[in-house]
Amino acid sequence: MAETYDIIVIGSGPGGYVTAIRAAQLGFRTAIVEREHLGGICLNWGCIPTKALLRSAEIHHYMERAEDYGLSAGKPGFDIGKVVARSRGVSRQLNTGVGFLLKKNKVDVIWGEATLTRAAASGKPAAITVKPTQKKAMQPQPPEPKGVSGPGEYEAKHVILATGARPRVLPGQEPDGKLVWTYFEAMVPPELPKSLLVIGSGAIGIEFASFYRAFGTEVTVVEVLPQILPVEDAEIAALARKRLEKRGIKFLTGAKVTGLDRRKDSVVATIDDGKTQQKIEVSRVLAAVGVVGNIENLGLEKLGVKTERGCVVTDGLGRTNVPGVYAIGDVAGPPMLAHKAEHEGVLCVEAIKGLPAHAMEKTRIPGCTYCDPQVASVGLTEAKAKEAGHDIRVGRFPFIGNGKAIALGEPEGLVKTIFEKSTGKLLGAHMVGTEVTELIHSFVVAMNLETTEEDLIASVFPHPTLSETIHESVLDAWGRAIHI
Amino acid sequence: MPTNVLMPALSPTMEKGKLSRWLKKEGDAVRSGDVIAEIETDKATMEVEAVDEGVLAKILVAEGTEDVPVNDVIAIIAEEGEDVAAAPKAPEQKAKAPESAKAGEQGKAEKQADQPAAAKQSAAAPTRTAPAGADQPAPGHDGKRVFASPLARRLAKEAGLDLAGLTGSGPRGRIVERDVLEAKQAGGARPAASTTAAAPALAGGPDGAAVRAMFAPDSFEEIPLDGMRKTIARRLVESKQSVPHFYLTVDCEIDALLALRADINGAAPKGEDGKPAWKVSVNDLVVKAFATALRRTPDANVSFAGDAILRHKAVDVGVAVSIPGGLLTPVIRNADAKSISVISQEVRDLAARAQNRRLKPEEYTGGAAAVSNLGMYGVREFAAVINPPHATILAVGEGQQRVIVRDGQPAVATMMTVTLSVDHRAVDGVLGAQLLQAFRALVEKPAAILA
Repeated sequence: MAETYDIIVIGSGPGGYVTAIRAAQLGFRTAIVEREHLGGICLNWGCIPTKALLRSAEIHHYMERAEDYGLSAGKPGFDIGKVVARSRGVSRQLNTGVGFLLKKNKVDVIWGEATLTRAAASGKPAAITVKPTQKKAMQPQPPEPKGVSGPGEYEAKHVILATGARPRVLPGQEPDGKLVWTYFEAMVPPELPKSLLVIGSGAIGIEFASFYRAFGTEVTVVEVLPQILPVEDAEIAALARKRLEKRGIKFLTGAKVTGLDRRKDSVVATIDDGKTQQKIEVSRVLAAVGVVGNIENLGLEKLGVKTERGCVVTDGLGRTNVPGVYAIGDVAGPPMLAHKAEHEGVLCVEAIKGLPAHAMEKTRIPGCTYCDPQVASVGLTEAKAKEAGHDIRVGRFPFIGNGKAIALGEPEGLVKTIFEKSTGKLLGAHMVGTEVTELIHSFVVAMNLETTEEDLIASVFPHPTLSETIHESVLDAWGRAIHI
Repeated sequence: MPTNVLMPALSPTMEKGKLSRWLKKEGDAVRSGDVIAEIETDKATMEVEAVDEGVLAKILVAEGTEDVPVNDVIAIIAEEGEDVAAAPKAPEQKAKAPESAKAGEQGKAEKQADQPAAAKQSAAAPTRTAPAGADQPAPGHDGKRVFASPLARRLAKEAGLDLAGLTGSGPRGRIVERDVLEAKQAGGARPAASTTAAAPALAGGPDGAAVRAMFAPDSFEEIPLDGMRKTIARRLVESKQSVPHFYLTVDCEIDALLALRADINGAAPKGEDGKPAWKVSVNDLVVKAFATALRRTPDANVSFAGDAILRHKAVDVGVAVSIPGGLLTPVIRNADAKSISVISQEVRDLAARAQNRRLKPEEYTGGAAAVSNLGMYGVREFAAVINPPHATILAVGEGQQRVIVRDGQPAVATMMTVTLSVDHRAVDGVLGAQLLQAFRALVEKPAAILA
């Protein structure tokens, strides 16, 4: 007879494993199905290993600037193999950690690929079949953890899809593992390419552009929209662009890659900006044009689970149109971010438990890009706020007015705040500069507690820190900034 | 903090009831709105809902217990993992709560319709009429702190909503932006969810869906509430709930007043366009007479302010003006000191601008009394709802020829019946009667209002 659980989560990325742990905390008998690596893309091929790579790039960059700080270190060198090895080590450590956490919370791990075969109905639980992993590994995977259950039949009252997403593939730009990369290959380059064409200037594209440029690769980024980092505030994106260009990255915005001619060890790309066509030859191409949800082979069609534009349609608390089937994280739609997935998963199981839960406010989900300089934001951009009909006040504070930023030797940055004029509601906050990804949470908390400018102005920010720029930006929105 | 679940009242007069059934066990998780128990009286059965989320930590009254006094603690809801044994403060609560909520007593007091009733009423609901200070946490109806986000506070203040009347949907019942916006949309504060669900339809009125369900789907046309309608609904419910009204009615003989009106209008000089400079109405004279009466009865020219009575130095009288889709009460300032023709002009001007909704807020706020006149529609007499911060409102009926008894003989006179609605918290029966007596004397011997 099939093993029966209260909840089975499919996919152990940041959304899935957090969901499973929260479910176990709430007293549900829980299992999680994973086909290749605990921790999912985020931990193995995404957020975490890129941060390790970018840290190496950052330190390398500081070493190059040692003289600015009165230090001498000779000409800094690097070994790309070791940089990559460190990044893999970080992933491995966390991957093992997820295994421990699941075990500690008594979440059973089922190894393989799951397909829903029956929805829960009239008292009978939903059924899933787990088969041995079919998917071809893009890159070497960590070993299968010990003590996992294998393929077979399983049942659960509630099945939560947390299957994540994968790189979007545009026709003619299909990755080949050698010349045309996705983030999988970009994460573990055997050697540094002399030149790299990055297609797409979202977070993934810009982070890899930043990383490769730091080690000397000639990087060109093509973006179809007129602005790089298209979801960010235009002013912030323009500042980031200026800084990145200063570092030697070339941007072609409002331009499309119309053809890739793959040679023996290089690619000739045709780029069309609407007026002219140009061909550039690069060693490698990184396709970073977004991600699409993993909705295939899950049995969704058979059960009639509604999908739209490559994602499962949910009600904001993870519920799909089929009772007992839920979806959270990337597979449930944008924004496709790990922290969104985690939060959505927690809400989903809390709602199943019957705890009070409200669908997430998507405007309160922050976004971070870890290029150099970093970009971080939450809420509406200035343009979006105006478009939504808000009468707004905008505050701006540059890092050059902040003592700590100058002491750090990082005086280039900006904190921009957007408030609704009549109510003082914080509509959005946008930052570019060093370490801003570690600063944005102030605004996230403020927004979630529904503070107005009054409370932010009344808060004491420690001196000297970069966080004072937050205070000053809010003050500036009310014409009260002190240090500019 | 653990929350006490109290024995609810099925009706205002219910004092005891039977706890017929528990639907949750000790240790069960409950969320706001869950039905946890059933109670019954000889007339009805009703469900007890949880107002807090948490765990049903302790059941204090066993299933099947008869004659459980209203407001007794019947169970305790605790947060998950909270030590309940240490927490319940049931006996204290019981000692504090009863007076205000014991409906039977309140009813008795109302019948006496004199000072004690007013005092008791005001003690029961002191915070309702107090302005909700935005800079301080607004206290709830029971004086407890209301948790609300800063943005929610600001929005509620702007919308003129009392936070204490809202139900919070944020963490631990915190009132957040969404709650205020929903309340605004619904046209006012909703009553806080309460175990004592004796009075289900408070400020928000009955549930819209429930009302619609009483009629066939196509049998009506829906007229959405506009801002004015919502405000009227909210303010009048507030008034009727928090202001203890009583009513005094007198008949006034107005033949002398009508003669005076004819004289005044006859004496109006003609302007260049051939029109008389003024044409005063009976209502203008009534306003003037009422203002003069208020001047002569200064203790009735007051507002009840929760912790004090404000005795006003000026006599400002509101005049109810009907406008399409609602009504407004523009205020004639210093009405006692103004000539009748000036009052007449002002009323005309304010009414005209009220029609176009062009009044400034300061033109329709304040005042301590108002006049509402439905005489022109043939209404003989009626009672009006006080518009706080007013303490009185004078409802004026039609001047009609009636047979009266004068010096033991039947006689015909033009009579006008007026009813004064009085806020008993601020003005007692005798004082109200004195005000009305002064008014009547002025209307019947109107030369005095010209003095």
